[in-house]
Amino acid sequence: MVALLPSTGVKPQVSPQKRSRTGYFLLLPGMTWLAIFFAIPFVTLFLTSLQAPVAGKSGQYVPAFQVSNYPDALIEYWPQFLKSFIYAGIATALALLIAYPLAYFIAFKAGRWRALMLVLVIAPSFASFLLRTYAWKTILADEGFITSFFNALHLLPDDRILNTSIAVIAGLTYNFLPFMILPLYAALEKVDPRLIEASNDLYASAFTTFRKVTWPLSLPGVVAGTLLTFIPATGDYINAELLGSTQDRMIGNVIQTNFIEFRDYPTASALSFVLMAVILVLVFTYIRRAGTEDLV
Amino acid sequence: MRWIRQRLLGVVAVLVLVYLFIPIAVVAVLSFNKPDGKYNISWNEFSIDAWTNLCGVPGVCASFMTSIRIGVISTIFATVLGTMIAFALVRYRFRGRSTTNLLIFLPMTTPEVVMGASLLALFLNLRFPLGETTIIIAHIMFTISFIVVTVKARLQGMDPRLEEAARDLYANPQATFRYVTFPLVAPGIAGAALLGFSLSFDDFIISFFNAGTVVTFPIYIWGAAQRGIPVQVNALATMVFLAAMVIVLTAQFVSYRKRKALQLPPKALEAALPRS
Repeated sequence: MVALLPSTGVKPQVSPQKRSRTGYFLLLPGMTWLAIFFAIPFVTLFLTSLQAPVAGKSGQYVPAFQVSNYPDALIEYWPQFLKSFIYAGIATALALLIAYPLAYFIAFKAGRWRALMLVLVIAPSFASFLLRTYAWKTILADEGFITSFFNALHLLPDDRILNTSIAVIAGLTYNFLPFMILPLYAALEKVDPRLIEASNDLYASAFTTFRKVTWPLSLPGVVAGTLLTFIPATGDYINAELLGSTQDRMIGNVIQTNFIEFRDYPTASALSFVLMAVILVLVFTYIRRAGTEDLV
Repeated sequence: MRWIRQRLLGVVAVLVLVYLFIPIAVVAVLSFNKPDGKYNISWNEFSIDAWTNLCGVPGVCASFMTSIRIGVISTIFATVLGTMIAFALVRYRFRGRSTTNLLIFLPMTTPEVVMGASLLALFLNLRFPLGETTIIIAHIMFTISFIVVTVKARLQGMDPRLEEAARDLYANPQATFRYVTFPLVAPGIAGAALLGFSLSFDDFIISFFNAGTVVTFPIYIWGAAQRGIPVQVNALATMVFLAAMVIVLTAQFVSYRKRKALQLPPKALEAALPRS
C-alpha cells in the first residue's frame, strides 16, 4: 500500500536503461515463483472446476470435463454472488466519500503533518484485521451508543445493526478504507495547486473548481482506489462471517465452506473461477482508461 | 466563508483518522478487561491479568510464534525476489515487459479467496502435504508484488545524477552500487520488508486455505471467535500494533532529522550535481 505513494522530493526521471542479460537474470527467480504459484494454480483451478465426483466416495473427484458444474454452482449460489457485488459496491462508494476529504486534506493542506498523517492512514493495518473486525461487534452492539442513536431516529429496519447487512457493509467500508485513501492521495498530490488557484482567480465557485478541475485530475486515483477497494471487498468473507447473519453470506463464505468444510472442490473452483473472470473483466475495462503503469 | 470551509475540511480529515483508530482503541481497551462470560465484547471489570500472563491460554503463544516464524522466512525470500524484479523493471530493458507488469499487478487485484482456493487446488492435485511450507510458499507469492511496487517507487524517485556523479568520480559499477545506489534504496527495501512482514503476519484467508493443521495467529483468532477470543489475544495484538508504530514513527523521525541535518538549500544541491 505504501507503494502506491509517489516518492516525494526529486521528480522521477527516466534513468538510462541497459539491455543486457542481467535484466533477465534479475527477473527470473521472482517471476518463476509467480508463474508456478500464481499463474499455474489458475489452470489447476480450472481443471478442478470440471472434475466429476467418484460415485459413493464423498470428497473424491476424478479428472473430467463436466461443464455442468458451472450452471449448477451458479443456479445454487447466484444470490450470494449478487449480494457480494452489491455489498462491495456500496462499501466502495462509501469509502470514496469518506476517503476523498482526508486524501484532499493530506495532499493540499497538511503541510509538515503530511508524512505523519500518511503513517496514520497505514497504521491501522498493523493491528490484526480479524480483531479490528471483531471490535465492530462491540461498537455496533445492540445496547451500544450507535445502535441506540439510530434507533432513536427510527432509521433501522430491524432495530439493530449487528447481524444485519448494514454491519457487513460498515465492516467492509472500514477495512478497505486505506486502499482508497492512498491511491486518491497519490493522484491528488500530483495535481498542481496553481491549477486550482487559476480556477479560483477566474471566478469559478468552489464547487465548479472541484467539478471541473480537481475531480477530473484525481480520476486516476479514483479508478485505482475503487478497484483496490472493490476487489478485496467482493471476495471477503471475514466481515460477513463475524458481523452478519447467515442471510448475509457472501460468495467468499460459499467458496470457503465448499472448499474446506464440504470438500466440494469442483463447485468451489467453479465459483472462484467465475468470480475471477468477472473481476478480470472489470480490471481490464478500468486499465484501458488508467494504464497499468499507473497502478503498479 | 472560505475560512470555515477550510477548517471544515480539516475537521473532517481528523474525524476520518479517528474513525480508522476506533476499533484499535476497542481492541486495546478490551485487553484490560475481565470479561463477564466467555465473549470479550463488552466492558466488565479492569484487570491486567492478560498482560501479566500473556501465554496463559494454551495455543496462543505457539500460534503467535508460528506467525512470526512464517512472516520472517517469507519476508526474507519475498524481499530478495521482489527487489531483484524492481531493479530489472527500472534499470533494464527487456522483452515481455507488459507480461511482467501484468503478472506483478494481478496478485494485488485478485481476491484472496481466489488465490487461496487456486493454490489449494494446485497442492491437492500434486498431493503436496499442507503445512508451514505451503503457507510460506503462499505468503512469498502474494507479498512479492507489494515489495516490487514499493522498491520500484523508491528507485524511480532516486535522482539519477547521484549515480552519474559517482561514475564521473571514477567509481566502477560495483562501487557505485555499493556506496551510492544501495544506501539510497535501502530505506525503500526496509519499508518493503516491513510491509511484507505485516501482510504475512496478518494474513488469514490465503493461510487458512493452505494451512492443513498448522495454526497461525490469525487462524487461532478465527477459531476462537466462535467460542470467545481470550483476552491475551487482545494484549498480543495491541503489543504488535505498538511495536509497529514505534518502528514506523522512529523511521519517520530519523529521515526527518537527516533531511534537516543536511540543510542544503535545493539550489545548492542543483548546482553541485552534474547536468544530465
